[in-house]
Amino acid sequence: MNAQHEEPVTMDQDYNFAYLDEQTKRMIRRAILKGLAIPGYQVPFASREMPMPYGWGTGGVQVSAAVMTRDDKFKVIDQGADDTTNAVSIRSFFQRVAGVATTTRTADATIVQTRHRIPEQDLVEGQILVYQVPIPEPLRFLEPRESETRKMHSLEEYGLMHVKLYEDISRHGHIATAYSYPVKVEGRYVMDPSPIPKFDNPKLGDCAAIQLFGAGREQRIYALPPYTNAVSLDFEDHPFEASKADHPCGLCDAQNSYLDEVIIDDAGGRMFVCSDTDFCTMRQADGHKGKDAA
Amino acid sequence: MSNDALLSVRGVAKHYGAHIGCSDVSFDLFPGEVMGIVGESGSGKSTLLNCMAGHLAPDAGEVVFDTRTDGPRDTLQMSEPERRMLSRTDWAFVHQHARDGLRMGVSAGGNVGERLMAVGARNYADIRSTAIDWLDRVEINESRIDDRPTTFSGGMQQRLQIARNLVTGPRLVFMDEPTGGLDVSVQARLLDMIRSLVRDMGLSAIIVTHDLAVVRLLADRLMVMKSGHVVEAGLTDQVLDDPQHAYTQLLVSSILQV
Repeated sequence: MNAQHEEPVTMDQDYNFAYLDEQTKRMIRRAILKGLAIPGYQVPFASREMPMPYGWGTGGVQVSAAVMTRDDKFKVIDQGADDTTNAVSIRSFFQRVAGVATTTRTADATIVQTRHRIPEQDLVEGQILVYQVPIPEPLRFLEPRESETRKMHSLEEYGLMHVKLYEDISRHGHIATAYSYPVKVEGRYVMDPSPIPKFDNPKLGDCAAIQLFGAGREQRIYALPPYTNAVSLDFEDHPFEASKADHPCGLCDAQNSYLDEVIIDDAGGRMFVCSDTDFCTMRQADGHKGKDAA
Repeated sequence: MSNDALLSVRGVAKHYGAHIGCSDVSFDLFPGEVMGIVGESGSGKSTLLNCMAGHLAPDAGEVVFDTRTDGPRDTLQMSEPERRMLSRTDWAFVHQHARDGLRMGVSAGGNVGERLMAVGARNYADIRSTAIDWLDRVEINESRIDDRPTTFSGGMQQRLQIARNLVTGPRLVFMDEPTGGLDVSVQARLLDMIRSLVRDMGLSAIIVTHDLAVVRLLADRLMVMKSGHVVEAGLTDQVLDDPQHAYTQLLVSSILQV
């Protein structure tokens, strides 16, 4: 590190920078580089025990720790929100063990760790989006044998993925898969984009930022380099459709952001608000006002 | 090998340690021909079938298949993607237990459509109408298309498995005891159906069974296996009516008369 850089006072000196030891970070970086070299391919890595339970984003945390530098600005979102338990815990974890600056502004962040959303605001070159992935294998629920799914990936046998979509249409009349919607990356690997709503799928492809996916329990890392082609699977007569609740945001009146439905009383009252809290706050600050805004 | 054979098997052998699975099996199968392989349990019929279908790697021999694009090729020397492609398109495998050959968590239509989607069909309406057509051909009511195979009877499951295998128009079907575990009236209907499908589509088939009635009805030619060796081969009626080998004589005379 350069000499005039001042150590932030908040960092706990009992830990190595960003919690993991340097050898571990190196191992993870190798997996990340391999993942970037083969977009969509699941790279096995020796996932470590983290001081949080599986399911809380141990994979994402390890990837963030491996790519983090002292000068980074870190943002964590959980379902789009900066103020939920998972986001707050991970943010304070890195404040403590890395002493990095944090932010809730998407535009200011250099690393965004996310659970289940892609920020509404377009990401730019130089940013890294880190996904927390519970189940990296898109074929898991159709073919439980890992030996078999690996073979299917290596031989590019993806007919089964369409069987799942076929089942959706035959049962519901349309493709009812609403999240974890599989994409084909650069015409080769079929990838599970983690449980983001399919509304976010179009943002995966041709994105300016680096996208990294970490699955801690499953010990897999995969990646999308900037400006990678990622196509959502579909049928000719049932094309992919990015769907969202058909309402404007109740607070900022946004017409085209992904919405959460919030029950507000026991008489059937409900409101729809942006799931991306940063996006919503910025719009409100700009003077946009929805019908439910106070 | 003769040039017009669809499948030529030469000297196929498979050993399980010191035990013989099957040994030095050779035969030719011609287009449109149905070959029966009979023998008691443990005689190596299924081992042979699995070796030919690429599920097991034999220790010796070659299995030459007349491919559509490149002519006769030894399938054992093929790369795995090629062999898997073959088993999705030109080959079909009907398991004894329908559960082994079906996806029990996927609807009947999805089961039939899987092979189509695996070879690149991407039009839902086309896939569905093909599935309906095939369900009809195997005598399953169209209204059951969205039901899972778990709700089907044993006979229906077996018919569904056959539909799922034949939907891509294969040229060679491997069948491992296709009527095993079904009661006799269901067996009779299934055999009737298989026979007409084989004749209509001009399929070649290799049927492994211990049931001589099945081969009498379906097979043009017959091989009798014992302890891993082929002890007798010939036209079905000839072998069954005038068995030469002592074991075949025993087999034919063991049929229960009602």
